[in-house]
Amino acid sequence: MATTSPSLARAAELRRRGRFHPGDAALHGVTLVAALGAVALLALIAWKVVDQARPAMHRFGLHFLVSNTWDPGIHQVFGAAAFIFGTAVTSLGALLIAGPLSIAIALFLTELAPRWLRGPIGTLVEMLAAVPSVVVGLWGILVMGPFVANHLEPWLKHTFGFLPLFGGDPSIFGLLPAILVLTIMITPIVSSVSRELFLGVPQDLKEGALALGTTRWEMIRGVVLPYARSGIAAALILGLGRAVGEAIAVTQVIGGNVAIHWSLFRPGDTLASRIASQYQGATTKLQVGSIAYLATILLVFSLLANVAAQAIVRKVARRQPVIR
Amino acid sequence: MATAVTIQPERRVDLTPQATLPPPERRETVFDIRGLTARYGGVPAISDVSMEIYENLVTAVIGPSGCGKSTFIRCLNRMNDLVPAFRAEGEILYHGLDLHGPGIDPVAVRRRIGMVFQKPNPFPKSIYDNVAFGLRALGMKDGLDGRVEHALTQAALWDEVKGRLKMSALELSGGQQQRLCIARAIAVEPDVVLLDEPASALDPIATSSIEDLMHELKRDYTFVIVTHNMQQAARVADMTAFFSLSPAGEDGRRSGMLVEYDATQKIFTTPADRRTEDYVTGRFG
Amino acid sequence: MSALSANTDGLRRRRAVNRLMEAIATAAAFAAVVVLGIMVVSVARRGGAAIDLNLFTKTPHPFSFTNQPSGLANAFVGTAVIVGIATAMAVPVGVLSAIYLNEFARARVAFLIALALDVLNGVPAIVVGIFVFALIVVHHGQSALAGSFALSILMIPLIARATQEVLALVPQATREGSLALGVSRWRTTLGVVLPQTIGAIVTGTTLAVARVAGETAPLLFTSSIVGDRLQWNPHLALASVPLKIFEYSESPDPADHARAWAAALVLISFVLVASITARALAARSRRRMGLHR
Repeated sequence: MATTSPSLARAAELRRRGRFHPGDAALHGVTLVAALGAVALLALIAWKVVDQARPAMHRFGLHFLVSNTWDPGIHQVFGAAAFIFGTAVTSLGALLIAGPLSIAIALFLTELAPRWLRGPIGTLVEMLAAVPSVVVGLWGILVMGPFVANHLEPWLKHTFGFLPLFGGDPSIFGLLPAILVLTIMITPIVSSVSRELFLGVPQDLKEGALALGTTRWEMIRGVVLPYARSGIAAALILGLGRAVGEAIAVTQVIGGNVAIHWSLFRPGDTLASRIASQYQGATTKLQVGSIAYLATILLVFSLLANVAAQAIVRKVARRQPVIR
Repeated sequence: MATAVTIQPERRVDLTPQATLPPPERRETVFDIRGLTARYGGVPAISDVSMEIYENLVTAVIGPSGCGKSTFIRCLNRMNDLVPAFRAEGEILYHGLDLHGPGIDPVAVRRRIGMVFQKPNPFPKSIYDNVAFGLRALGMKDGLDGRVEHALTQAALWDEVKGRLKMSALELSGGQQQRLCIARAIAVEPDVVLLDEPASALDPIATSSIEDLMHELKRDYTFVIVTHNMQQAARVADMTAFFSLSPAGEDGRRSGMLVEYDATQKIFTTPADRRTEDYVTGRFG
Repeated sequence: MSALSANTDGLRRRRAVNRLMEAIATAAAFAAVVVLGIMVVSVARRGGAAIDLNLFTKTPHPFSFTNQPSGLANAFVGTAVIVGIATAMAVPVGVLSAIYLNEFARARVAFLIALALDVLNGVPAIVVGIFVFALIVVHHGQSALAGSFALSILMIPLIARATQEVLALVPQATREGSLALGVSRWRTTLGVVLPQTIGAIVTGTTLAVARVAGETAPLLFTSSIVGDRLQWNPHLALASVPLKIFEYSESPDPADHARAWAAALVLISFVLVASITARALAARSRRRMGLHR
């Protein structure tokens, strides 16, 4: 009894309704706009900052990078050399301490610590990253600063005084406090990225090394570190990027000075701290432009560092999906 | 309790002719599949499948693993559209309308042709909301409570859950979750329900209750069920299609193909093809 | 036997190196914890000594050498307003970008957008401040809104990545279950997929709030020229807690230091409590997601 089924009539609907769903299109559109907005923000940041720097770029050109003057007075001459120097010294100095320290922390958290201790210590180290930089800076001036000036720097001077790095008079403000503050701020980042990397080293590789009769350190040196090498590079670059961009805590402890000198005890300025310290004083278009020029240098560096680090991270992630 | 379904030993080997199977001239065609070839990234998963599927019958698709059974059934409601590299050739006429034709809306297709999956996949919502979600989304909001109750009753789950409809569906047992998924699928009143190995993750009692369900519900729905369990096909299906792997082609690749399609009773007792016979008698290998 | 004993010397040296390295790593981890401890204790001790109810109820007294009650009510209000508005701006953009990233974008596009978000996350906060200065402040002057916009730029990548990571964990079977009912994609996304990520969105947002509540650099050029009056209007530049700490930390007056410590104690408590809560929530919701994966 071949009655016409109701489904036959309904089948026609499949075509009548067509393929267009306003809701789908709307959601797709709205989310696309949001995602593109986030991407566009990056481009807009670059464009606006460079645009703001234009007067200074016209006036000083690339000479800005090597000029060691910051004269907002009647001469209106600006240059970034001292700040680039200060940035390089403080960031690399911080990385020099924080790098090995972070790798050691990550090794402790993945290979050495008893299992019950790994979670709590890992969390505490990451909490260090959550402390606002202005609080680190406050602590840096009022607690760390006197300690550095009264104990650490005199001792360094006494012991290594023959090095120009540790010449000069001990002081609360200077490059060394800035290095220490930056070390505190980037250690949690580098160590948490490194920890993820070490967790990704296959267990059988490690066991294979131990089965050969190696000590734990030899296993780490022979298997874990080489395996995670490129990832560690990425972690260090990320840490460097963070150190270079940190403004507030550095501004609080570095002292503010336009000078290139070898003593870590003397005050200086980084690109970021110079920008931050200018927030109330910039009056002329040229000075504002010069501040934006400093920001441009920072931006270019941070973009390069981040793209490089993320490229490495993604390449590593493809090789070894990190299991959490 | 309704779960107390006893497994009757005689049903396990029941290959007697299905009383409900009408003669060919009285079967109404739902799907007319012509030369269906499905590829993932250019590699064919099934090649040149042609068969008809009839209304208000249970059609089983059996065969060894990797022979494209799931690919086949997922073509029937365009579920494979979600796989980026998927391409289908040939025609799947649904009441005469080519499902892969121009202007066909896959969302409307799935609204008519529902699906129950291998692993129970209830939404992380309450039992009630699991059933009501589709109804609300499809605008079937009049008498929502009644519709939910009806669907849960049809799926033989109502008595077990009626007192705790607000409970999370994730707290149900596997068998209950699968029946909830069936309730969810039939609540929106589809024409066809596709079941992709619905019992493979379930214990025998839950399996049995789902098979009973299909017996009950086929008056209202057309069922297509993929199973690797021949006993199950023999128990529930009116028609059975046997899929297998083709011999290796020039490129050394094998793809799924339809070997034989006939009344279940015939497939399991007097198959026309040697390969079918080998498979149903367990000599396949 | 002689070969074995010859080896023993080498082994002893290797063991010693091993112990030394293990000791160094252990010391490094404890050094980090100790620094955190010293910092928290300093803030708690000095802040605890200076904190009182006036801190929250009174505005700064112009002459700190008098004994008039003085506080930072205006800074707390300002921070609440600025961070609140920033959150309202960042959450929709972050969540919607995450949906696009995970539900709509093709692999290559998703790769680029995720990369852009990660790079955005790495842009120094001070540069973001200069950007908003150039975009808004140059034309319209400072305002809390400009500060909020700057902070929201820092929040967007955090919220987007946190949401996207959890969207990726929602099983494909859940989406298929809904689509197989003939439910359209947008309803599937908003009705079935997104509700599963609410926990992650809350966590991600909490972490982002904790991060930007203490940010000073983006506010220097956007909302720093403020008086001591209590203001709510976001069209005006509003005071903020981190900026007040920054100013007081550079002051020579010990009374200012005391107020800086008190404010730092409030800030650090908020930030640490928020981070720890968010972490606990994240761990719990990840466990729950794992249950039905």
